[in-house]
Amino acid sequence: MGNVVELKNVTKNFEEFSVKNINLQVKQGFVTGFIGENGAGKSTTIKMMMNLLKPDAGEVKLFGLDYKKHEKTIKERIGFVYDGNIFFEGLNLKDIKRIVAPAYKQWDDTLFYQYVEQFKLPLNKAIKTFSKGMQMKASLAIALSHHAELIIMDEPTAGLDPIFRRELLDLLQELMIEGNRTIFFSTHITTDLDRIADYIAFMQNGELVFNQSIHDLAENYALVKGGMDLLDRDTEKDFVHIHRSSTGFEALTDNIKEVKNTFGNTVIIERPSLEDIMYYLKGGIHHV
Amino acid sequence: MQIIISNSSKEPIYEQITNQIKSSILAGELQEGSAIPSMRNLAKDLQISVITTKRAYEELEKAGFIYSIVGKGSFVAEQNLEVIREKKLKVIEEQLSAVITNSREIGLSLDELKQLLKILYEE
Repeated sequence: MGNVVELKNVTKNFEEFSVKNINLQVKQGFVTGFIGENGAGKSTTIKMMMNLLKPDAGEVKLFGLDYKKHEKTIKERIGFVYDGNIFFEGLNLKDIKRIVAPAYKQWDDTLFYQYVEQFKLPLNKAIKTFSKGMQMKASLAIALSHHAELIIMDEPTAGLDPIFRRELLDLLQELMIEGNRTIFFSTHITTDLDRIADYIAFMQNGELVFNQSIHDLAENYALVKGGMDLLDRDTEKDFVHIHRSSTGFEALTDNIKEVKNTFGNTVIIERPSLEDIMYYLKGGIHHV
Repeated sequence: MQIIISNSSKEPIYEQITNQIKSSILAGELQEGSAIPSMRNLAKDLQISVITTKRAYEELEKAGFIYSIVGKGSFVAEQNLEVIREKKLKVIEEQLSAVITNSREIGLSLDELKQLLKILYEE
């Protein structure tokens, strides 16, 4: 299957921050988790995908189409679920539906009411009375009701309680049974992704560090633990970053084979969590 | 089809799936030609990512345990020689375990057992 989103050498400069030379492909039919610290450039990148911001340089294509000529077609096929309330707060869900529905050719009223029921959303109460979780559900119900092929979610789980987060993940997995649907999901809560993500794209300081399948990540990175006496100028070269303490060291490697050669059985090699990878890569990449 | 995934196991999740499906096939619990869940449904049921079940099914296909038809799903394949060999090996392993248990009960040492096996094998 092909790529639903393609960013080629995309750059956007702000006064004190820029997103530099992003090359990112989002694969159709899979869940891509978009991770990075706050301020790494995730939202800027998403806004360019949505054509809410225009890149200073580079090319943005969705479904192989260009925004300049096909903006309407592209937007029809995307469902955007945003952190926070994108609707007019005073309106209720029924009014919002009345405004939004005509904008989409593929709008499906039956499906909309089905989600409203499933998510237990009140139709006649103002959005401002909704909890954060309910607002998220409302936004998702609307995105799903026009048969969006690509669902872009910007921090959908931020500020939500664990039970609701789990419900959301269940729902997203249900959506993925239909093979042509793609989800692009930005978050800094990496545990959300351990369960559902197929690919992980990682941004840091305005740059894309990697975009890999979870299997490649597991094969490329490992967490290594051992005694301090094992470290010297040569052996340290195998690591991306080392955390030292009086009881020993813990380090991230992107060269598992070399670590096995150097240390053999004297160290413990474990699979790192996404959080481990994020934390250690922040400490500096000295040989990529 | 029963599959139980351990998140704390050192064995990667896709391997846990392939191994469990393999043993169900070898044990005859999954019959030749019977349908197994689609990889997307299995991913949802196991609460894991699609790419993981995809990899598990690809490995099973490569090893000849299952085959897939686009739009129809995946099925247990006709057993090839290698599968049968593995099946037999599993039976032998079980029988040998029984032999070992019996030997221990009467205090027969490994060397004595080997000797006995050698004589019988070369008969």
